[in-house]
Amino acid sequence: MLHFDALGQGILAYMHYLSDKEVHELEIQANEIRQSIIEMLVEAGSGHTAGPLGMADIFTLLYFEVLKHNPKDPFWKERDRVVLSNGHICPVLYATMAHAGYFPIEELLTLRKFGTRLQGHPHTEALPGIETSSGPLGSGLSQAVGMALAERIDNPYSSKYFYCLTGDGELDCGQVWEAFMHGGKEKLHNLIVIIDRNGIQIDGYTKDVMPLEPLREKLESFNWDVQEVDGHNIRAMNDAIGKAQAVYGQPSAIIAHTIASKGIDVFERDFRWHGNPPGLGPENYVKKSEQAEVALQKLRTLNGHLQAHDVE
Amino acid sequence: MGNLAQHINPNLFNSDVETAPNRNGYGDGLKEAGEADVRVVALSADLTSSTKTNVFAEAFPQRFVQVGIAEQSMASVAAGMASMGKIPFFASYAAFSPGRNWEQIRTTIAYNGTNVKIIGAHAGVSVGPDGATHQALEDIATMRIIPRMVVIAPCDYHEAKKATLAMAKYVGPAYMRLAREASPTITTPATPFAIGKADVFLKRNVEHGKKVGIISTGIVTYQALVAGKVLNEKGIGASVMHMATIKPLDKEAVLRFAEEHDVLVTVEEHQRAGGLGSAVAEYLSLVRPTRILRLGIDDVFGQSGTPEQLFKEYGIDSQSIINETQKFIG
Repeated sequence: MLHFDALGQGILAYMHYLSDKEVHELEIQANEIRQSIIEMLVEAGSGHTAGPLGMADIFTLLYFEVLKHNPKDPFWKERDRVVLSNGHICPVLYATMAHAGYFPIEELLTLRKFGTRLQGHPHTEALPGIETSSGPLGSGLSQAVGMALAERIDNPYSSKYFYCLTGDGELDCGQVWEAFMHGGKEKLHNLIVIIDRNGIQIDGYTKDVMPLEPLREKLESFNWDVQEVDGHNIRAMNDAIGKAQAVYGQPSAIIAHTIASKGIDVFERDFRWHGNPPGLGPENYVKKSEQAEVALQKLRTLNGHLQAHDVE
Repeated sequence: MGNLAQHINPNLFNSDVETAPNRNGYGDGLKEAGEADVRVVALSADLTSSTKTNVFAEAFPQRFVQVGIAEQSMASVAAGMASMGKIPFFASYAAFSPGRNWEQIRTTIAYNGTNVKIIGAHAGVSVGPDGATHQALEDIATMRIIPRMVVIAPCDYHEAKKATLAMAKYVGPAYMRLAREASPTITTPATPFAIGKADVFLKRNVEHGKKVGIISTGIVTYQALVAGKVLNEKGIGASVMHMATIKPLDKEAVLRFAEEHDVLVTVEEHQRAGGLGSAVAEYLSLVRPTRILRLGIDDVFGQSGTPEQLFKEYGIDSQSIINETQKFIG
C-alpha cells in the first residue's frame, strides 16, 4: 500500500496481511467497480462484459492495496507498471482507475464514444495512467519484459514491480511463449504476470478452442515461479502477490482462477458474455431488454442475498 | 557524363571504387550512438554478427539484449524498453523483421508512441543465393503505410552510419533497410545527411535536349548513377537524385526535380507497388502530374542467384535502367 505525505510524495509500505475489515472494504469497492462496469457498457452499447467483471476483485486489490502509484501524478517515475495485455477488458481498468482517483467517475460514461479518452481498447496517449496501448492479444508480456530489462540496466536493486495482466485465451498466441521463455532466461524477479484463468474465449471454452493444460507445469518448465489462486479471494490474492514479490531469481506467474461475469449469477461462466454488453447478451436467463437492470440489481443485492432490511 | 556533385566519391566510376556493406555502417554507427547516449540499447534475434549488432554488443554487453529467434517478441520488448526511457535499436533480416512482426510494430511501437528503431538487414534481391524467402521486397511498403514511421534506405556505408546516428537523435519510430552485399561507396564522410532530405548526386549535362530525372533509393542508387552517366554520354540529359528517406518524402525536392525534367524514372530494389516509386507518384499526381517509369520488382518473388544476375533479371541493373529509360522517352 502506498501512502502519501503532505507533499504528495509516495511512501511505500510493504505488503501486509489484510485484516477482515480491509478485505471487506475491498470487496465493497470491487462491487462498486462492477456496477460502474455495467453502467459504462450499457451507455456504450458495445464492449466486453465477462472479463471485466471477472477481474474486478484483482484490479481492486492492485489499485487500492498493492500498487505503488499516485493517481494524481500518473507519470511519477517511481511507480510500479501495469501492462494490460488483454486490452479488451479495459472497462475494469478504466472503472478501477476512476474509483482510485485518476479521473472523474462520470467520465466512465464516455467509454467508446467519439472524442473519448476511454478508447474501445486502451491507448496510452489518450489517458494518463495507461502504460501501453493494447488490444491485439499476446504482446503485453513482451513489453513488460522489456520494461523490467530496461529498469535492471538503470537500477539492478530497483524496488519497482512490473505487473502484466493477461487472459488465458491469449496464451494461444506464440508471442506469449517467446516472452515467457525470455523472462525465465533473464530471471526477472520483479516481473509478475497475473493470468485471468476464466476458461472462456470468444469461440467457446478454452479447453475446446485450444487446450492449455497443464498450464502450471508449462510455466514452471519455462523457469517461472507459479501459484494458483482463487482470483475472487482477495486475501489469498494479496498473499500470492506478496509471495511473488518475495521470489528472487525467477519471474512469477499467478494463475488466477476466476469466474467469467463474476458477481451476476445469471451471466456467470457463459462464454457468450465475452464480447457483449448487457442488452445484447444471451437470453437464456434474462431478456435483452432487462439485462442492464437485472445486472445492477444483482450487484446491489449480492445476487439477492442482501435484503432491504439488511441496509439502513 | 553529367556532373557528379562535389560531395560524392570522385572515384565512383572507376573500376577500383572502394566497396563496403552498408550494414557495417549500421554496426559502427550504433556503437558511436551508444558512446554518445547511454540510453541507446540494442536487441538481436540470433543474427547479431550478420546484422553487425555485435560491434555494439561487444562494447556495451550490459545494454545488449539477445531475444533468440523471436522477432515478434523482440519488437514488443523494444517497445517496453522505450517506454522506460531507452532508445532501442533492434535488428534482424528484413524478411523476418518487419516481415513477421508487422502488427507488433504497428501497435506496440508506432501506435504506442515509443521511440524504437527498426533495422531490416539483408533486404532486397541482392541477398542473392539465399533465395526468395530471404529477399524482403515489401518492407518499404509495409513500413511506409504505418502512421508516424520514418523509412530510410541508405545507399552505402557512410550514409548508413550517419542515418544510424540521426535515428538515435530523432524521437519517434523509424525503420532502416540495409543490404547484405558490399556495394560501392558513393558518399564520403563529409557528405551531408539529414532525415527527410533528398540529394541530387548527378546533374544532367544541360546541353542535351531531353531531360530525364532518375530517383533511386538504397544501394541501387549506384546502378542509377552508372546509368545516368551513360545516358548523358548517349546525349540524354539524365540527373540522379538519391532518396535516402522514403518517408517523410522530401516533397520540395521531388517537385523541383519534376519541374526540371521532362519525365522521371524511379529505381528501387523493392516491389514496384508501394515503394519509392509509389510515394513519388502519389505526391506528384496531385501537384504536378508527371510521366513516371517505376523500375523495381514487378509483382513476383525473387530467386537464388548472384546480385548481378538478379539485378539484371528484375530490371534494376544499370543496363536495364539505360534501356528502359531510352524506350520510355522514345
